[in-house]
Amino acid sequence: MDIFGDIPWYIYFAAMILKVLVAFVFVLLTVAYATYAERKLIGFMQVRIGPNRTGPIGLLQPIADGIKLFFKEEIIPAQASKFAFVLAPLVALVPAFISFAVIPFGDSIQIAGYKFPLQIAAYADKAGTVYDLNIGVLYILAMASLGVYGIVLAGWSSNSKYSLLGGLRASAQMISYELAAGLAIVCVFMVSQSLSLQAIVADQSGLFGWYIFRNPFLFVAGIIFFICSLAEINRTPFDLPEAETELVSGFCTEYSSMKYAMFFMAEYANMVTVCAVMTTLFLGGWHGPLPSVLNFIAKVYVLMFVCMWIRATYPRYRYDQLMKLGWKVFLPITLFLIMGNAIWMTLFK
Amino acid sequence: MIVPLIKGLQITFSHLFKKAVTLQYPEEKPVVAPRFRGLHTLKVSHNSAKCVACYLCPTVCPAKCITVEAGEDANHEKFAAVYEIDMLRCIFCGFCVEACPVDALGMTQEFELANYKRTDFVFSKERLLEKR
Repeated sequence: MDIFGDIPWYIYFAAMILKVLVAFVFVLLTVAYATYAERKLIGFMQVRIGPNRTGPIGLLQPIADGIKLFFKEEIIPAQASKFAFVLAPLVALVPAFISFAVIPFGDSIQIAGYKFPLQIAAYADKAGTVYDLNIGVLYILAMASLGVYGIVLAGWSSNSKYSLLGGLRASAQMISYELAAGLAIVCVFMVSQSLSLQAIVADQSGLFGWYIFRNPFLFVAGIIFFICSLAEINRTPFDLPEAETELVSGFCTEYSSMKYAMFFMAEYANMVTVCAVMTTLFLGGWHGPLPSVLNFIAKVYVLMFVCMWIRATYPRYRYDQLMKLGWKVFLPITLFLIMGNAIWMTLFK
Repeated sequence: MIVPLIKGLQITFSHLFKKAVTLQYPEEKPVVAPRFRGLHTLKVSHNSAKCVACYLCPTVCPAKCITVEAGEDANHEKFAAVYEIDMLRCIFCGFCVEACPVDALGMTQEFELANYKRTDFVFSKERLLEKR
């Protein structure tokens, strides 16, 4: 069994399962309480209180919501394409979670002479060399775009005009913003010279080692990547696929009960993932003053706060404005950023 | 183009630390204005209602929610034998109070008028009499 390097297979599996469990449960809890935090934060920003009836200061609200949705009636429209209708929430939910597999959420830890990198899809051999997915960023991009299949499938299989329009919008939006986001990441590749997330994080140590502080082009690239990510995961101000003012509830109009809850979870899990990716690529990953994992969590939570803050502030973009912003603003800017970054790197080697 | 976006973020952020305007209703009651027009009350003088059953209030009432029937008491004086206000019809305009020539009718600050039965919304004379 030399695929595990020179660590015994049982240690390899135990470490893997433990990492998967801890990361998964942590992301799930974050997702549950992100809904609460979002309602509370937006409430405060609108000079309201937010949920405060379920448990002390409303802390049991996510659990109450979950139980409520779980026991609601499951409705499948008679004209819906049943298989696809049931499949769609899963297709939306799974990519949201599996992107997390390649994100390094902490420094490697030493236990009993073995080194364990805190990244699910990674292991270290006895000598201490860390092996992770060497195309981690591509994997994330691939999974991020897979998520939209769930939405398109939901929109199509519901057999409802609102759902279909929502699904169409989601796909159009994904294509438009994936380009700019990808090009913004190219700036990172140019500096890191690697697609492995371990290598990218390792390169960002030190106070101003974060890629977003490396040069002005990377700074703008970081901001554009974040905005494009918001658009990709359909968060406000880019939540056109579920624009309730025009499309009832967009792609999830016909969904109820747990299937609706899964779309909801996917949306928030995507938010966590996007914030984690942003942290890893631009904000130095787990580097910082606190213990490594706490740094990572703090950065992710700050970014999630920014997401909610943005949601509390901006109204939704109109469809043509969204397309214009993607193709006529972000795409040229990111192309220019790549050029500028290249020039900067040659000049200040 | 970017400055107004940042300004918007500033505004929402500054609101984050403001005290919420929410009133936790069943626990906290709102402060009602002194001239608030709530539930009606029949004013009492010398241990009997001041109402002389002149029929001005049912006449002026735009919602036709007041029912008055006159009676004659032991001193051969006119009084309201029946005085009912249907709160489901009442629009709380206060015209009845304005119309009353003997200041027998008033409006209280009471606004929690929910009930379980439709018949419970018809307030009889006993329920309308001023509480001392």
